Amino acid sequence: MRDTGGHKGRGLAKTIDWKLVICYLLLVLIGWANIYASVHSSEPASIFDFSTRSGKQFVWIITALVIASIILFALSPRIYEGLSVPIYIFVVALLIAVIFLGIEVKGSRSWFAFGPVRFQPAEISKISTSLLLATVMSQQGYRIGRTKDFIITALIILLPMMIIVLQSETGSALVYVGFIFMLYREGLSGWLIFLIGMAILSFILTLTASPYVAILVIIGVASLCICLYSGRFKWWLMIGIPLIVLFAFLPSLLELWSANLLGEEGVAALAAAEGNYETAGLTEPIVNRIKPLYVLLGTTALALPFIIFSAYRERNMFSHLGLISMIAGIALVFSANFIFNDVLQDHQRKRIEVLLGMKEDPSGVGYNVNQSMIAIGSGGLFGKGYLNGTQTTYGFVPEQSTDFIFCTIGEEWGFAGSTFVILLYVFLICRIIRNAERSREAFTRIYGYCVACCIFMHLFINIGMTIGLMPVIGIPLPLVSYGGSSLWGFTALLFIFIALDRNEKKYF
Amino acid sequence: MKLNRENRLIIGLCTAAAILIAKLFSIQILEDKYKLDAENNSMVYSTIYPTRGIIHDRNGNILVGNKVAYDLLVTPKEVTEFDTLSFCQVLDVDLDLVRGKMKEYAKNRRRIGYQSVVMFKQLPPETYMRFAEVAYKFPGFRGQARSIREYPFNAGGNLLGYVSEVDATFLAKHPDEYKSGDYAGKTGIEAAREKELKGEKGYNIWLRNSRNQVESRYRDGELDKEAVPGNDITTTIDAELQHYGQMLMANKVGSLVAIEPSTGEILTMVSSPGIDVEMLADIGQHYKEIASNPYNPMFNRAVQAPYPPGSVFKLVNGLIGLQEGVLTPNTMYSCNMGYHFGKSKLGCHAHKSPINLEESIMMSCNAYYCYVLRDLLENPKYSEIDEAFDKWREYVMSFGFGKKLGSDFPSELGGFVPDSKYYNRYYRKGGWKATTVISLSIGQGELGCTPIHLANLCATIANRGFYYTPHIIKDSEHVEIDPKYKERHYTMVDTTHFPKVVGGMYRAVNSGFGSGGTASIAAVEGLDICGKTGTAQNPHGHDHSVFICFAPKDDPKIAVAAYVENGGFGATWAAPIASLLTEKYLTGEISESRKPLEERMLQGNLLDRVKVKKK
Repeated sequence: MRDTGGHKGRGLAKTIDWKLVICYLLLVLIGWANIYASVHSSEPASIFDFSTRSGKQFVWIITALVIASIILFALSPRIYEGLSVPIYIFVVALLIAVIFLGIEVKGSRSWFAFGPVRFQPAEISKISTSLLLATVMSQQGYRIGRTKDFIITALIILLPMMIIVLQSETGSALVYVGFIFMLYREGLSGWLIFLIGMAILSFILTLTASPYVAILVIIGVASLCICLYSGRFKWWLMIGIPLIVLFAFLPSLLELWSANLLGEEGVAALAAAEGNYETAGLTEPIVNRIKPLYVLLGTTALALPFIIFSAYRERNMFSHLGLISMIAGIALVFSANFIFNDVLQDHQRKRIEVLLGMKEDPSGVGYNVNQSMIAIGSGGLFGKGYLNGTQTTYGFVPEQSTDFIFCTIGEEWGFAGSTFVILLYVFLICRIIRNAERSREAFTRIYGYCVACCIFMHLFINIGMTIGLMPVIGIPLPLVSYGGSSLWGFTALLFIFIALDRNEKKYF
Repeated sequence: MKLNRENRLIIGLCTAAAILIAKLFSIQILEDKYKLDAENNSMVYSTIYPTRGIIHDRNGNILVGNKVAYDLLVTPKEVTEFDTLSFCQVLDVDLDLVRGKMKEYAKNRRRIGYQSVVMFKQLPPETYMRFAEVAYKFPGFRGQARSIREYPFNAGGNLLGYVSEVDATFLAKHPDEYKSGDYAGKTGIEAAREKELKGEKGYNIWLRNSRNQVESRYRDGELDKEAVPGNDITTTIDAELQHYGQMLMANKVGSLVAIEPSTGEILTMVSSPGIDVEMLADIGQHYKEIASNPYNPMFNRAVQAPYPPGSVFKLVNGLIGLQEGVLTPNTMYSCNMGYHFGKSKLGCHAHKSPINLEESIMMSCNAYYCYVLRDLLENPKYSEIDEAFDKWREYVMSFGFGKKLGSDFPSELGGFVPDSKYYNRYYRKGGWKATTVISLSIGQGELGCTPIHLANLCATIANRGFYYTPHIIKDSEHVEIDPKYKERHYTMVDTTHFPKVVGGMYRAVNSGFGSGGTASIAAVEGLDICGKTGTAQNPHGHDHSVFICFAPKDDPKIAVAAYVENGGFGATWAAPIASLLTEKYLTGEISESRKPLEERMLQGNLLDRVKVKKK
């Protein structure tokens, strides 16, 4: 299986996945053209003018192609497995060093500066982490279900992630969460993804609606899962749904009751006194003392022993775990406000508040998102035409050639162009997954999934941010955004996979 | 297709992509909101500046109007090479100035971008018309009409205040209402009534393309907004009287205030020397000149200068004495060239003795009021002097002294009336007695009253016991004044006591020369002027000349206070000036017999007597 004699087997043209390469080139060119569009009107110049960003990006593209060629032709794909540990250690050292030696850019210390050239080690740490993950997880006898293996894997991911958080590059760190999809492919229980999803959902529900709603949803989902698992779905339909509906309307029922007790005049007087019973000259009805949240928690607490007992009798581990998760979820709901107000940093909190619509702030934190949505929204179906955007070219949109490059695409190319770009990425990711699945070596497969996860996370967070689906997290759109580090990083990430893939195909 | 993990992940990926595309579909295709906002972003608003409200006097004369001037705007990006020399000739400006400005624009081209900046402000219409004829030679330059202030009457420079472009500190204070380039009232009525006067800006909307070239009117101007002119304001000022007052006060330092007692409306408020209205329209150019004037014309003495009131204040002490019962109209005191206490003496001039209350006012006897104040402060009703003194202070304050009257005129100051604590600090508690503060009896010592305080006192006596807070804005079509200006303020002295004092004031003016009345010079036949002179001692030079008067006695139409710094006796300058103003207001002219007096007042120059700090 291992080739021993240099470049034998099938030739270059047949082994390289040209579709991936073309996809790559298309994205890079789209990026370059839009970078030019985003800067051209404030400084009209040629696309090759090296004093502008489009000119510089041209240099980055050429050098990226050189890097790609070196990876494809000069380096043997077999070196990665052996070198993954030293590379990983080296990059981690770089990540730590940058905290002390790097320059500060927009509040984070994640850039090295060598004269005019800047370089962000976080961009290559995606590669080194992917390589080490692939090496470790492709070992004989590795099983993700085994605690020791799981912890090692988790540490490989968490170490660079934590250091990047220390650099105040929370956005880049978030990308590492994406490796969970790779882990899922490699056998991690799907429940973990489900639990993380539920945790995020209840966090958002607590902040936007109320803890009551969040807890009701958690209890509903947990009871549904437990009932489904233990084959009691009918029970859930008959008892669970009516109870959930009842609790959903409990707060408004209580209010109705209270209003009934007060009578029409009482309600009017209360409204006039802005809800203050004393100034309205009313005694607060006793029913107001009934807090729906406590009723809900009380009912749940009463039901718990029965479920635990029945789970114990049936030796049903799932029910136990489900209940523990549910209680953890409720605890999360109660601590959500604490986490939100005391753990998160100010600017992060504001971004989340704006995203969730808790605060309107179109001129402050919300400015970027608002302007970016205006730019994209104004594009309509087919856009305003290349170089004709009015929003992106006046600098209404900030960071328009880097993190908000998608605005230019959305405004000038419209829904059609944006969808095309998104589908291009979807194709790229699917193609990587397909190739990964087809490879016979676990190393290639795992590395391929890592690449797919990274690109997916960048894609979803970046575009989600520009259209107001995600909070403002400053990470680039892969291959498209302006920036040498990012372009080189993704080029290397992708072409190492293409090289690995090619190596496998040589002998078919 | 098997639902293995690979396919599940691909389904997840497609779902995520579908969410993104769905959201894109929603904001790009379904919602209009973002398209409108984008239009907002690419719209160019050109501001239409409103004309400021006009300020009328009480008789409908225009005190402050508007005229057109032009700002010359330049869009540096559009400027091509042009003939700088002829440009300067047409605009009548300095060549170096233009070159310097163009250089500055070139330096800041990044910041300016496609915007227009103001190159010259407030060009007169003639200059601008000259430019407009040849404007085609100078692409990138254009004029913007703007209304600036015009003053048909030379009246009330300090009162009216000036309008000027807002600066950074002003913008910081009013972040939402003003933008750089706007004008706002900075002092006087212009500042106090900025809200009513300023009006609302309007705009024309233009659309621009991605190269910032203006392409067309947005929706044919359907959404343009007309500027709303500011509301007109009617002041209580009588423009002609104000002008006459200014002439009387010319070349003298001091203040002249006239109030209509029955309403509290300020008829005239002169602070001399003041700012000439000609300078107001273009305050920027004259600012240095005004600021370096040693007589400090920006300082509005009428509401800001705390002077000792002098003998005028005897009226207040007399009224308090009557109210407190230590004095009756028939109380007689003798005066032997002054009031003697221990080895000291507070001097007085020669007049008959003993005298009663009316005569004491008429002849302005110092000793009489020393007795009164001593009786007030040593009144056995009060356990100690502190209590008696603070009671006295309470009475004085009820006349409006020692506090801001609360007029609608900005920058009013409160003056000063001491309390017992003040003397306790100086002399320790129990270390002072009535004779220590005896000079308060004749309005000297630790008293600070502004001319408007004195005019208000005069109006209070004219009204026999109450005053309306003096104010300068009248109700008019768009402006309603605060109801507090229509409330009577009664003093703590019973209204029945006032006629006795009025009698004294009448006799001071109308007893004829030789009678001992101090203000005979203010008498005008048929006008029944009542007045009281004051000569405020001034350790730094000539005494200040003070006079308050109202007329006619039984139906007062005007109450005047004149304060002439370093004018000497009250009867020398202040009394003639105040009485001339009264006569002018009541009869519209000066009687033949008083023309020489008028002439003397108009020509009088006391500036040499005033000591000023060199600036």
